[in-house]
Amino acid sequence: MEIWQEAIVAFFLVVAGLFGLVGSIGLIKLPDPMTRLHGPTKATTLGVGGVLIASVLATLFSEGRLSFHELLISLFLFLTAPITANFIAKAHIHRHVAPDDLPPTGTGAPWAVQSDAKIAKAGDKTA
Amino acid sequence: MMVAALYLAIGSFALGLLMNLWRVVQGPDVGDRVLAVDTMVINAIALLVLYGVLNGTAVYFEVSLIVAMVGFISTVAFARFMLRSNIIE
Repeated sequence: MEIWQEAIVAFFLVVAGLFGLVGSIGLIKLPDPMTRLHGPTKATTLGVGGVLIASVLATLFSEGRLSFHELLISLFLFLTAPITANFIAKAHIHRHVAPDDLPPTGTGAPWAVQSDAKIAKAGDKTA
Repeated sequence: MMVAALYLAIGSFALGLLMNLWRVVQGPDVGDRVLAVDTMVINAIALLVLYGVLNGTAVYFEVSLIVAMVGFISTVAFARFMLRSNIIE
């Protein structure tokens, strides 16, 4: 590899490592569960994205071919990270926020978490 | 230069894994622990890809794709269990 090619790959690797580290520090340092959700779902996902870009560039520069495995992994991660965050936030609302504290939905239907709670209670009775 | 950057990235993701482990042990609530385990999976994927780049093989991409899928499914199952106390109804 040429020196400038190595420099580009190294730049992406360093940025990715810093983002991953920042995400994990956020998971430790932030004060409450809903703020803690931000670190891993945004910073760490971006860090992994940087690693995958560096991997694509390293394969391209050293072997001269474009590989799509990494793009597949990053696409999957970027699709699933928000879904995971949404599920964990829903579970947190379900466990720790009283139904009266939630703002009105404005549609007449209750929050999805509340209807889930009702169904779960009904299920407990029949089980 | 690239190898030094690789080792720096590997070191920071490994440090991140240790921090996630601390959150798994410490975490005041189940939600925090599930989030920390999910982050551990993502950091492990990054480590696998970096190891593959370091060794110049393409085997680890398939491994990390499968780890990503298993991690996502298990996180959703955990969240489902917290929400409904049931996974498959």
